[in-house]
Amino acid sequence: MTGGVGDIAVMEEPHASLRGVVRRYGGAQPVHALGPVDLDLRRGEFFSVVGPSGCGKSTLLDVLSGLGRPTGGTVSFEGAELGGEVPDGVGVVFQEDASFPWLTVRDNVAFGLRRTGLDGRETARRVEHAIGFMGLGQFAAHYPAQLSGGMRQRVCIARTLVMQPRLILLDEPFGALDQQTRLLMGDELLRLWRETGATVLLITHALDEAAMLSDRVGVMSARPGRFIDLLETGWPRERDSRVVSDPAFGALTSRLWSSLRTESLKTMGRAA
Amino acid sequence: MSEIALEPTLAAEPRSRRGIRALDLAIVTALLLALWQLVGRATGGIAITPPLGTLAYLADLVQTSLFWDHLGATLLAFAIAFAISAVGGLALGLLLGLRRFAGDVAEPILAGFYTVPKVTLYPVVLLVCGLGLSAKVAFGVMHGLVPVTLFTLGAIRTLPPVLVRTARAMRLDGWQTMSRVMVPACLPDIVNGLRISFSLSLLGVLIGEMFSSQRGLGFLLVSGLAQHNVPLTTSVVFVVVVGAVLANTLMLRLGRGTSGRE
Ligand SMILES: Nc1ncnc2c1ncn2[C@@H]1O[C@H](COP(=O)(O)OP(=O)(O)OP(=O)(O)O)[C@@H](O)[C@H]1O
Ligand SMILES: [Mg+2]
Repeated sequence: MTGGVGDIAVMEEPHASLRGVVRRYGGAQPVHALGPVDLDLRRGEFFSVVGPSGCGKSTLLDVLSGLGRPTGGTVSFEGAELGGEVPDGVGVVFQEDASFPWLTVRDNVAFGLRRTGLDGRETARRVEHAIGFMGLGQFAAHYPAQLSGGMRQRVCIARTLVMQPRLILLDEPFGALDQQTRLLMGDELLRLWRETGATVLLITHALDEAAMLSDRVGVMSARPGRFIDLLETGWPRERDSRVVSDPAFGALTSRLWSSLRTESLKTMGRAA
Repeated sequence: MSEIALEPTLAAEPRSRRGIRALDLAIVTALLLALWQLVGRATGGIAITPPLGTLAYLADLVQTSLFWDHLGATLLAFAIAFAISAVGGLALGLLLGLRRFAGDVAEPILAGFYTVPKVTLYPVVLLVCGLGLSAKVAFGVMHGLVPVTLFTLGAIRTLPPVLVRTARAMRLDGWQTMSRVMVPACLPDIVNGLRISFSLSLLGVLIGEMFSSQRGLGFLLVSGLAQHNVPLTTSVVFVVVVGAVLANTLMLRLGRGTSGRE
């Protein structure tokens, strides 16, 4: 669903935006985890975030989703400022496995919908569609413990997808997968993005993944994370993992790497 | 995909496992009966009567209204004690689990209380509650409340935070988060706690009856001992053991049914 068709003012308004967002964690040793960060997500774009580990990527997702309040600055979604709650229309897939072990795949996927008061038949239809879309058809009656890590992550994606979010936030959903599976999952993600018309923000540590999937890639500095580079890939909307053999892909990846190299070195220096 | 190949084995396994379990059960039962028979013989019937004699005595006993009175008294006290332990322990465990600081303070205290032989506190209970039902229930709760509390508390503590974050991302309110995510996630542990509470509150009630009551199986047991009525004491023990084992099995089943993690 893309609202405001033809209305130029609405089209130009960012779908979600961060203004001077800073996040510090308190405690015995306070951590300045993020920012200040400014970011405008365009409606319907595929945006990826890459950055050295521990630079504040998950923290960025935390404030952008409304799960966590920023220490400073403002976050807004569809024109409304967030206030410590996840707004309707935002779906989140976390870095960790968040499937509910006491529910079957089908019940996991149906979990959010069952509360919306949608009628039973429509619920079932949407659940089956999401399950099929994520390739979980044969496993609908299985419990998460019977699935591999990658499958469980797909359950979580299906569970979010079924709510038909207009903004989907994904935190390294394929972090634990091998390279081949990741490329294929990337294709599925593109398919999902095209079919739903949603705005997607993907956090990843894989530069090739970012270069292949995104319309735009934001590169973050070492902690406290800030955007140090923002690049447009220029891919057509109809694309898939085969763009990796396009010469432009190599150029994109190497530009990402040159931006990230120094930052990653900083992180390693800090860790040593 | 390779996962598909797993399906037939997954489906076939439970049946053979169930068969093995039934066999195990039969063997254990036979061994226990043999042991019972041996001990009965060896002690010449002054400690326990052998299986057959006991069953014959029991058959007569269950036709007396006296027996049902005592059984009813025990069941009533136990039902109240267990209900209080279960509901109270669950509520306390959830509360302490959610309030991290209170939980940190309360846990060692509870665990300490748990290891105190509760018989030593019995005079105090008697002074507070007097003889009769309330003292029995109090003793049952003293035994039964702590395990549910500690198990629930522990389960909430080790709950992966991402599950609660998921609930928030799906816009569940506090109550829904608790009832639809936290309790189901902790259910296997909670059921384990309940299972232990179940046996312990029964134990508490029986001990209470043995000390200071005119009614209940515990009282029947003590009066059997006092009258050197060995068949009576053996029958009562038999009834309690069979009841407890059946109930425990039922709860194990229930626990498996709810967790779905096998
Ligand atoms: N709840 C918290 N309390 C205190 N510090 C935290 C908390 N969460 C994160 N941090 C710290 O904030 C910094 C950023 O963490 P964050 O998880 O956002 O990084 P990340 O980029 O997602 O890392 P990774 O690549 O490992 O997923 C880290 O130094 C981390 O230790
Ligand atoms: Mg992270």
